[in-house]
Amino acid sequence: MKLFPIRGGVHPEYRKELCSEKPIVALPMPDLLYIPLQQHIGAPAEALVSEGDLVKKGQMIARGQGTVSAPHHAPTSGRIKAVTQVLAIHPSGLTQLTIIIEPDGKDEWADLPAPIDDPFSVKPQAIKDRVAQSGIVGMGGAAFPSAVKLNLGIQLKIDLLLLNGAECEPYLTCDDRVMRERAEEVIDGARIMAHALGAPKVIIAIEENKPQAIEIMTRAAAAQPNVEVVGVPVQYPMGAERQLTQAITGLETPSRKLTADLGVVVHNVATARAVQQAVRYGRPLVSRVVTVSGEAIREPKNVDVPIGTPVAKLVEFCGGFTSEPARLVNGGPMMGAPLVSLEVPVVKGTSGILALTAAEVKERPTSPCIRCGVCITVCPCGLSPVEMAPHIRKDHLDVAAKLGVMDCFSCGSCSWVCPSHIPLVHYFNYAKGMLAEQDREQTKIERTKRLAEEHGIRIEKADEAKKAAMAAKQAAMAAKKQSATAADDKAST
Amino acid sequence: MSTLYPSKTAPFAYSANSVQKTMTTVLLALAPATLFNLYLFGWPAILLFAVTVGACAAAEASCVALSGRPATSTLGDGSAVLTGWLLAMSLPPWAPWWTGVLGAVFAIHLAKHAYGGLGQNAFNPAMVARVALLVSFPVVMTTWVVPHPLFSANALGLADAFAITFGSKPLDAMSSASVLGFVKTELSRGIPVTQSITQVPNLMDMALGYRAGSMGETSALLILAGGLFLMARGIISWHIPVTVIGSLFLMGTVFNLVNPARFTDGTVQVMSGATFLGAFFIATDYVTSPVSKQGQLVFGIGIGLFTWIIRTFAGYPEGMAFAVLLMNSLTPIIDQYTRPRGFGRTRKGEPLPLKVKS
Repeated sequence: MKLFPIRGGVHPEYRKELCSEKPIVALPMPDLLYIPLQQHIGAPAEALVSEGDLVKKGQMIARGQGTVSAPHHAPTSGRIKAVTQVLAIHPSGLTQLTIIIEPDGKDEWADLPAPIDDPFSVKPQAIKDRVAQSGIVGMGGAAFPSAVKLNLGIQLKIDLLLLNGAECEPYLTCDDRVMRERAEEVIDGARIMAHALGAPKVIIAIEENKPQAIEIMTRAAAAQPNVEVVGVPVQYPMGAERQLTQAITGLETPSRKLTADLGVVVHNVATARAVQQAVRYGRPLVSRVVTVSGEAIREPKNVDVPIGTPVAKLVEFCGGFTSEPARLVNGGPMMGAPLVSLEVPVVKGTSGILALTAAEVKERPTSPCIRCGVCITVCPCGLSPVEMAPHIRKDHLDVAAKLGVMDCFSCGSCSWVCPSHIPLVHYFNYAKGMLAEQDREQTKIERTKRLAEEHGIRIEKADEAKKAAMAAKQAAMAAKKQSATAADDKAST
Repeated sequence: MSTLYPSKTAPFAYSANSVQKTMTTVLLALAPATLFNLYLFGWPAILLFAVTVGACAAAEASCVALSGRPATSTLGDGSAVLTGWLLAMSLPPWAPWWTGVLGAVFAIHLAKHAYGGLGQNAFNPAMVARVALLVSFPVVMTTWVVPHPLFSANALGLADAFAITFGSKPLDAMSSASVLGFVKTELSRGIPVTQSITQVPNLMDMALGYRAGSMGETSALLILAGGLFLMARGIISWHIPVTVIGSLFLMGTVFNLVNPARFTDGTVQVMSGATFLGAFFIATDYVTSPVSKQGQLVFGIGIGLFTWIIRTFAGYPEGMAFAVLLMNSLTPIIDQYTRPRGFGRTRKGEPLPLKVKS
């Protein structure tokens, strides 16, 4: 298949060998599970249980609220210990409302929704409903509710479901292992999603540094005429939605549009597998494969983890630390978030837990920019980091916005490559946060202003109406008086 | 473990790139040509080279100390040594010691640290120094000697070398003109290029370096090899060198075809003077050249054109240094007009139109 070049990108040290040959192993059930109500993009779910309730595995314990949200389910059977504020897996170090479950050890399934035996004969809506009620979110890391993304097929004509098995982040091997060990399920799930989207074709894109996954998936897809497995060049960030779409179709997604506007919907391979489980067996998303890796981890592993497991348990299962890690990361090293504590729970979007040594990170003190311009060469978005960073340092955010900082998706290529070790993405994240905040403020001000104006107009109208009514009344009175006087006059004559 | 507050967002992996590594690689690329030229011009050249590099390092240390930081804190990045090295290569090899010291003051104190140090200067420090010296001391800066290779019959002893570099021994007896200077002088005497060019060293000698000139001007081939090494290592890209040399060659060739008596041909333009040193090592200076590839193309063409114009019509036989400085002044504006096109956007920054599917 003919592929198309993508702009920029870097070739970090992939270090996938630490984990790529480690089969998926199940984590023994921890003593306590912590299910945060917000594990996804959108509105947090609303708890349906309270302290003391007994729940079974797969039972819905929190319901999605609003159009973009997802419900959550009990990863095992047990008792609700509390619904309370717990430290979230977020770099802010803030807490959020979390359901704490004490497993009973029986791991008993609840009554699950009936399996959909022939998903290709049911209406797409039935599939989407099932995906929505199973709490499935994008498992590549962004955790966007999958059902919402499957709905894109209603308004737009979707030509292609692009299944993302690129896994371009260094260290992570969870998608690789899922494709190698659960290929049939992934392809079945992809076909079900394509049916839900009304997409006639599925392409599964896998970076060429995973030859076994490409081979196994190609074999598993051989029987399906509309499913194609494509090896894509190893070039970070190939796995980014817009970049992968461009590499496969040659189409460049216009700014502020979605790939779906071009007829392409991108889903992660592990998400496809979760959809297959929900549709074929009625099983909601209650566990996921997490790569635990890095030189500071004694035995790196790919672990099938119940959602809500504290990261500490996962690290313990992998033999603990060999040395004090320089960096603890939730996700991959390029786009992951720093972990603030080992007490935080694994959520649906957790693809990896990395404990990196100082030698791996190679973090060094910042020195002056020498304007080498390599950050421009590597930027997949066509931005000029060398020009934006100084403006942001001086808090000239409007200039940075004009230079396109909001187009940056924080892939980290510029920070990775910078010979002066300037934390460029850190600046851009700051600018994006501040600009979004300003935007919200502005919207709020405008809304208040509009409401005030409308209120003024309403008052004015009411006043006028009142005045008009008064005038009419007075006129009527006068007329009455006049006619009365006239009558009197008549009478007196 | 208690709560760890992170100081930075991702990435948590970095390449092995560093400023120091970049500078060291450039020095490495310059080394063969430098060693050959030091051999070619003997002890006076070695002394001048040492004085110039040493003076630049001292100047850097003094500026850093003035700013309240440890004096040696920025010497490690190698930028001051590189400036000194390039300055030394642009001086006549037997120039007196004070040209190197004065050059260091111009380059490091005035052209670099007065602007705020590494990365902040608008003009290439080595070229500022060279031009300042050239316009202030035109005789000293254009007194070239023919090669006196070490260990050869006409090699100078260390004592004589000291007398030349640190004393004031006149060089008249040994001086010679550079190719461009000779052609220009002859032309001003009414002797056409077609005639004077027959008296200059042949192309092979020019390429190898057996001729009079500054250290960086001679030995085009070793400079070229160094430049190609930098390209192979990804330190520089082809954009600036190819456009500088290409536009210079094109102008030379076209005008030579029109009037061979007035204009030297493209090959002479490329092989003489500081073309290769300028194209690969001076014009490609990160700090003072445009950051985007498109900008570098504009910049390179500009340098090629200006060099040819200055060499052909202006009072000085060599124009590379002036051309680089002129284009340095345009770098900010070139940067502004040659930003790359954003993903999903038109050149003007508007979102791309959505193609309507058939």
